[in-house]
Amino acid sequence: MATTPATATTPDISAHTEHGHVTNTGLSNEKLAMWAFLGSECLLFGALISTYFLYRGKSISGPTPEDIYDIPYTSVSSFVLLMSSLTMVLALAAIQRGDYRRLRVWLMATALLGASFIAGQVYEFTSFIREGLTIKTNLFGSSFFVLTGFHGVHVTLGIIMLLSLWNLSLRGKLTQDRSEVVEIAGLYWHFVDVVWIVIFTVIYLIPT
Amino acid sequence: MADEHGAHGAHPTEAQYVKIALILAAVTAAEVGLYYTKFSESLTNTILIVMAAVKFIMVAAYFMHLKFDHKILRRLFITGFILASFCYFGYLMTLGVFV
Repeated sequence: MATTPATATTPDISAHTEHGHVTNTGLSNEKLAMWAFLGSECLLFGALISTYFLYRGKSISGPTPEDIYDIPYTSVSSFVLLMSSLTMVLALAAIQRGDYRRLRVWLMATALLGASFIAGQVYEFTSFIREGLTIKTNLFGSSFFVLTGFHGVHVTLGIIMLLSLWNLSLRGKLTQDRSEVVEIAGLYWHFVDVVWIVIFTVIYLIPT
Repeated sequence: MADEHGAHGAHPTEAQYVKIALILAAVTAAEVGLYYTKFSESLTNTILIVMAAVKFIMVAAYFMHLKFDHKILRRLFITGFILASFCYFGYLMTLGVFV
């Protein structure tokens, strides 16, 4: 029985690229999977933001958002997270041109900016609790702490991811041909940033 | 120019990334400034939402490379985002949040 020879239009699925197997789309499965995961994360944060909207202004006792929000403080936190997206993208640019020293500098800078954001959130949560707002106080407290808490957990996981990459690079296991690993971690980090962009506007700046 | 896989060419340079970050920082500063003006609540809120949308799109397009990557990624994310937005907007409308 004759076999059909491979043609130019048929991808050779046994071949490998620098990022892994050749796929029909020309994209790596890992990158496609991260985008699909981020799509599902849109649904998660959409649900949490919707819940906040649903309960907004329905608390029968205080404190209310107007009583406790510190907009200048949260603005600085937002700025810090926004700038961490810049350092993340600079880390990707560094590994793509094979500059491993700058890769580690920018990865560590991103992790530190993320850690500053988390430290700010911990301080904010502590001050809210001191002012009488806990997750059990009222509907505002429940929806606020769950939404921002979930976001904080995502940032923390991102920091762990960044420090793992930094460690891999230090041991020489993160090379230029594996730059997509940094790109995929960067997608997650930028997504966490865009979620905060939405939270900062709809939760803090438009409280009622 | 789109290639055979739907990608749109080279990513921005580092200097362009810094410029984008400066624009994002400026928009954030404008948002906070607008919050304190309070000249018209509905107008202020509308402008704040537009500014947040601009920041969201800039980060997704340039930092996440959606503008330059394969079109299937754009479609995957934009379709998911729009469907999720309609889903939750409809859900909140049903529960009378915007009434």
